[in-house]
Amino acid sequence: MSVQEPVDLRCTINGVARELRAAPLRRLLDVLRDDLGLTGTKEGCGEGECGACTVLVNGEPVNSCLVPVCQVDACSVTTIEGSGFEGVQAAFLEHGGAQCGICTPGMIVMTRAWLEERSRLGAAVDLESARKALAGNLCRCTGYAKILTSALAAAAVKP
Amino acid sequence: MNRSVGGVLARPEGPAKVTGRALYVADLRVEGAWVAGTVRSNVARGRLLGFDFDPAFDWKRVVIAGPEAIPGANLVAMIVDDQPLLCADAIEHFGEPLLIVAAETPLTLRAALAAIRPRIEVRPAMLDMEASEQLFKRIAIDKGDVEAVFAAADGAAIRVLEGTYRTDTQEQMYIEPQGFVAWPPDANGTIAVTGSMQCPYYVQKSLMRAFGVEAHNARVVQAATGGGFGGKEDYPSVLACHAALMARVCGRPIRMLYDRHEDLAVTPKRHPSRVRHRTAVASDGRLLAMDIDVLLDGGAYTTLSPVVLSRACIHAAGAYRCENVRIRGRAVATNHVPFGAFRGFGAPQVCFAVERQMDRIAVALGLHPVELRLCNMLRRGDVTATGQVLEHSVGSVEVMDEILARTKIDRHPWRAQQTGNVRRGLGLAFFFHGAGFTGSGEALLKARVAVELDREGCVIVRSASTEFGQGTLTMFTAIVAQALGCDARDVIIADADTQGVPNSGPTVASRTCMIVGGSLQKACAELLVRVGPGPAPFRERARAFVQRGGDSQIEITYTSPPGLAWDDATYRGDAYPAYGWAADVAEVEVSLDSFEVRVKRFTSAVDVGKAIQPQMVEGQIEGGSLQAIGFAHLEAATMKHGQFQQNRMATCVIPTTLDTPTFDVALIEVPFEHGPFGAKGVGELPMDGGAPAIASAIEDALGIHMDHMPATPERLLEAWLAAHPKEEL
Repeated sequence: MSVQEPVDLRCTINGVARELRAAPLRRLLDVLRDDLGLTGTKEGCGEGECGACTVLVNGEPVNSCLVPVCQVDACSVTTIEGSGFEGVQAAFLEHGGAQCGICTPGMIVMTRAWLEERSRLGAAVDLESARKALAGNLCRCTGYAKILTSALAAAAVKP
Repeated sequence: MNRSVGGVLARPEGPAKVTGRALYVADLRVEGAWVAGTVRSNVARGRLLGFDFDPAFDWKRVVIAGPEAIPGANLVAMIVDDQPLLCADAIEHFGEPLLIVAAETPLTLRAALAAIRPRIEVRPAMLDMEASEQLFKRIAIDKGDVEAVFAAADGAAIRVLEGTYRTDTQEQMYIEPQGFVAWPPDANGTIAVTGSMQCPYYVQKSLMRAFGVEAHNARVVQAATGGGFGGKEDYPSVLACHAALMARVCGRPIRMLYDRHEDLAVTPKRHPSRVRHRTAVASDGRLLAMDIDVLLDGGAYTTLSPVVLSRACIHAAGAYRCENVRIRGRAVATNHVPFGAFRGFGAPQVCFAVERQMDRIAVALGLHPVELRLCNMLRRGDVTATGQVLEHSVGSVEVMDEILARTKIDRHPWRAQQTGNVRRGLGLAFFFHGAGFTGSGEALLKARVAVELDREGCVIVRSASTEFGQGTLTMFTAIVAQALGCDARDVIIADADTQGVPNSGPTVASRTCMIVGGSLQKACAELLVRVGPGPAPFRERARAFVQRGGDSQIEITYTSPPGLAWDDATYRGDAYPAYGWAADVAEVEVSLDSFEVRVKRFTSAVDVGKAIQPQMVEGQIEGGSLQAIGFAHLEAATMKHGQFQQNRMATCVIPTTLDTPTFDVALIEVPFEHGPFGAKGVGELPMDGGAPAIASAIEDALGIHMDHMPATPERLLEAWLAAHPKEEL
């Protein structure tokens, strides 16, 4: 079987069961953007450095530019277009966490993953853990100060 | 009471950005579009002999366009007509575009590009700016009599100190790479492009030249733009013309999106610099004469280098008072990829040099760096190097008072002996930055902005000033809502589309708020007069005004404040309508194990005249400061054989959250009477101080004087070993 030969995949995308037909090694990023029209997931570098393409796969944050689509077979994928981001989005709006906006979807997805992980661990939501969690998401506009403020504010509103 | 100015408004485009609905150029679905890419030179200099096309590839699957396909001039319309859109003969830099290729799919395009090999006769390249004798621009600024002071120097009452300072290039690293979509000419012959850009009217001008069409036949629409920082000032003109050319040849829409690798390799970056200082000082620290030589590497073509050099020279003497100043500046040609605009536009390089020179003088005279700066800083009524008398909105004393109150750096024993493996340091930079275009730039440009009312009494604002993160839309909304006393939700900012908005000039040079925002405030004042007073809210009065047939269309053309005079021939006069003033203090730790610098805290006191949106102004200062911090110690940027070596994000690093200090920003407001509600510029200012403040903090920590930025661990180790020759590692 050629790696360019499309295969059938089943996965849940933003809560909806989908059947996809795609070459197994195509990037998850391209399938989301080009086949499914979910262009909220951005490409900044294509090599897993910038984090703009961050999505959740079974709740775990991944760089979708590094994930071959065959790996999400039978998985649940959540992008910025999905639900559950409202509190984080409101915090980024209120506290100036978005400037040009290109890193913002990935940053918001990663912030949610961080909040959920802290909650799972029963760990404190503090500045240092936010810094570490968001270290793989690059922003050139904000100097991160207002992103970190937004992330901590989101923690305060999140149940 | 309306609190639009000075309060917090929601970004009009914010909801679209946080939900992922904002459409950047790569997000646009374009029916029937093909993709295009570029065949480039793989040498820094040579002569193009032709191309080898691999016969194994099916060439019927692609369309190829060369310079002969360009209907108008084969030029990138900028300041000087020296840069071809597609190279036909002489290759002047690595990555120079030679052919445009289009295919139905990215896979086919990639295969085609790999199957074309340019045949190039390689010629020796000039890659050393100090050896280059080919000038793009020369500038001379003279004040007083420098030579007479140096002749009187006796080494005691008057001492002379010299220093040479260098900065490497720096990549803007907007997170969205450059890209355009172009459509073939329609039935009226109109070419349309949309893409990531700062300056729609620059792109339009280039299209007009390349296609030989009038303005109404070249339509440029800005897509949501993922950062610019100057990097999307001039290069979009190149990319838009390439895409539009292929759309015309193919007869179908073309998507041309650079990946990160291509963007890093061929788009303009900050000018590398070499600045020499020779300063005569009195024993009490007074600057008596400053002799400054500025050299910038312009790269292969003129692009924006003359204006970058202009800003560099005007800022070269720093924010200091000196009766005798000689500044000589040159921007020279090399076979590097052309260098271009990056936030600060020549000022960060010269600010680094003059602030380092001030520290050198402080050490030589045994003065505290703060004391030397307090002794010499420009105050209201003082005269700059170009002879400008500073009468308006001079916040120098205020920012210095604030930074000393917050950091107490004046009481910190600078360069005190330290022990241990982690050394700590504090460093200060004091600086100013001219807002708006230099000299007669604004008077020549005659920027235009328009407002009108719609049927519902909402205000429509038309300008070509773009939003790419800085908050243009919010800032305009605040100015209009405040000026009219209307609700911010009743302000509609029209899309930056050359068919729908007048030319308010490029979105550069910290001019959008002060210049365009100022015109907008005037337009609103006129609109308010027309609509008339009354007890009802503005929108109701406005709706009634429109419904009774009132004419609400108002266009304002910018005129310079009265009394400003500038002579381009002599470089004398009022270089800028107003300056932003600032002081930064960096607190660092340097490990003697790794020579890694960690910036712990970064304090800024910044006079912006008036913070129209304080949260956004802070965002500008924090973001600009972090870029400056990257420039100071992290962002190694090297050239080899004319190629930029950091060719991917993994190697072309920018600061992450873990490299980010705690920011402490103090906004100071010394209003500028000709700015909207007193506002000046803020965008570029925070880029200037970070590098010298960090270099000074490193000197405090280690006792070594870094004169070359960035201060990477390798450079610090080298300097440390030179200062401690007998030390064992």
